Amino acid sequence: MKKIKLHTRRLNRSAGGDFCIGLFLFTFGAFMALPMIYAICTSLKPSDELWVYPPRFFVSNPTFKNFKDLFRILDDSNIPFSRYIGNTVFVSVVGTGGHVILSSMCAYALCKFKFRGRNIIFNMVVLSLMFNTAVTAIPNFIIMSKLGWIDSLASLVVPAFGSSLGLYLMKQFIEQMIPDGILEAARIDGANEFRIFFKIAMPMVRPAWLTLIIFSFQGLWNMGDTSYIYREDLKPLNYALHQILSGGVTRVGASAAATVLMMVIPILLFVFTQSQIVETLATSGMKD
Amino acid sequence: MRKRRNFTQHNGVAWAFVLPYLSIFCVFTVLPVLISVFFSFTDFNMLETPNFVGMGNYTRLFLQDDIFIKSIGNTFILALVTGPIGYLLCLLFAWFINELKPFGRAVVTLIFYAPSISGNMALVWQAVFSGDAYGYLNGFLMNMGLSSSPTIWLKDESYILPIVAIVALWSSLGTSFLTFIAGFQGVDKTYYEAGAIDGITNRWQELWYITLPLMRPQLLLSAVLSITSAFGVGTIVTQLAGFPSTNYAAHTIINHLQDYGTTKYELGYASAIATILFVIMVISNMVIRKIIAKVGS
Repeated sequence: MKKIKLHTRRLNRSAGGDFCIGLFLFTFGAFMALPMIYAICTSLKPSDELWVYPPRFFVSNPTFKNFKDLFRILDDSNIPFSRYIGNTVFVSVVGTGGHVILSSMCAYALCKFKFRGRNIIFNMVVLSLMFNTAVTAIPNFIIMSKLGWIDSLASLVVPAFGSSLGLYLMKQFIEQMIPDGILEAARIDGANEFRIFFKIAMPMVRPAWLTLIIFSFQGLWNMGDTSYIYREDLKPLNYALHQILSGGVTRVGASAAATVLMMVIPILLFVFTQSQIVETLATSGMKD
Repeated sequence: MRKRRNFTQHNGVAWAFVLPYLSIFCVFTVLPVLISVFFSFTDFNMLETPNFVGMGNYTRLFLQDDIFIKSIGNTFILALVTGPIGYLLCLLFAWFINELKPFGRAVVTLIFYAPSISGNMALVWQAVFSGDAYGYLNGFLMNMGLSSSPTIWLKDESYILPIVAIVALWSSLGTSFLTFIAGFQGVDKTYYEAGAIDGITNRWQELWYITLPLMRPQLLLSAVLSITSAFGVGTIVTQLAGFPSTNYAAHTIINHLQDYGTTKYELGYASAIATILFVIMVISNMVIRKIIAKVGS
């Protein structure tokens, strides 16, 4: 038995191959990570380090001055900074919440009820994964204005409910993770369909709704200027930070601080949910 | 009898579950596609009543609009780089990452995935490719003695497109990459033992004969997601090279669409561009699905 335990190398793996893989991952990993490390370093640089020649990558005397500048600039603007944060938080939270509930309900019905039209609905959703939202931007603007949603946060929140990747992932996950038997047992016990959905089915697909939350949140959080919102006090955080970015050379430090602030939250969320997302995507495959 | 009642009862409940999502999906995704196709045959401009112009917009696009032809070329070049190359790189990264131990795997996955969720990183790339001597690339080349004066990377026609391609590739390891990671972890380990007994001797054989055929569903989903984003490159061009890029050197179909849709308000014409892009995306997806269905078989 001991001998087997010593043999930890996986089947068909050579040491040379392992080394090459390590080297490859390190090289490309550096390429992927350097821009972000650069943004963090720049956001911590005092102003004399921002403009040294030749340019220096790392920071030697880190300071939070850039972040202080950023908040000062934002405080001086017409619209209080908290307003932009409030808009983005509202859109991200409500949009994500609605998306998770509505798409889970729809996905659950597509998997677990037999009714006419369910294949057509799912095929339409799969088809919609195949084109970019830029294609529908113009008609969407017309629809928003007919609905009277121009200059209303509804124009950002409601379409997010109907995003198609979420429904697709949820459907694939429910199909593989919830056996019909459990639902049938609950029905025999006399539970009604909505109760079964919320009390039995939903708790079983926790990884899937966490995944939907992350994907939807990332999209909404990073949303910048949209063509539906013209009122300054309804604009999102990313828009406000963009204004600082376009401030040019005098604001390089503050812009870097803004970039870092925007990227920290989605990345942190991903750190805590990575394993759940991977579990969900393992069931997400498409049939040929 | 009982069965029949059950079925109709379910029907009502089913629609109660489906309708809230479906109505929103239809209004903001299905309807816009139909409207777009309809307007592409008109000269709609937001102000006047639209007139039916038949194929007029399409003939104008292909016969008179040189910039559109150029944008098709650019879009396909960028799509080829971020599509197939990005896709294969994603697969390769995911495969290599899967060889690591769980902790290392989580860390490296984060490093590769982070660029696609970090939002606006144009600032950083602008610093790298900045046209003066403070730019990192210029600083590096001048320090090494490889060049004597700074190059204005983002305004020089011959550099814009490759730079956009690199940045697009950098930020393209998104959902499809995670799907691969998940696909690799989902393969039942006993298949590898069985494979070793059946004479598989290295990891390449293992990948080709065991892993990829088992992961075919993930390969398909990833392909769809990469194609869709590969043809959707547009914002990066504007962020890096401005709008329009010098002599339209990196002008994509999306940029052209934005130009006519949001600046010139020729919505009929813009709808024709959108419809063409829609057709290109859907057809490429169909073709790729046929190809991937053959992997490992």
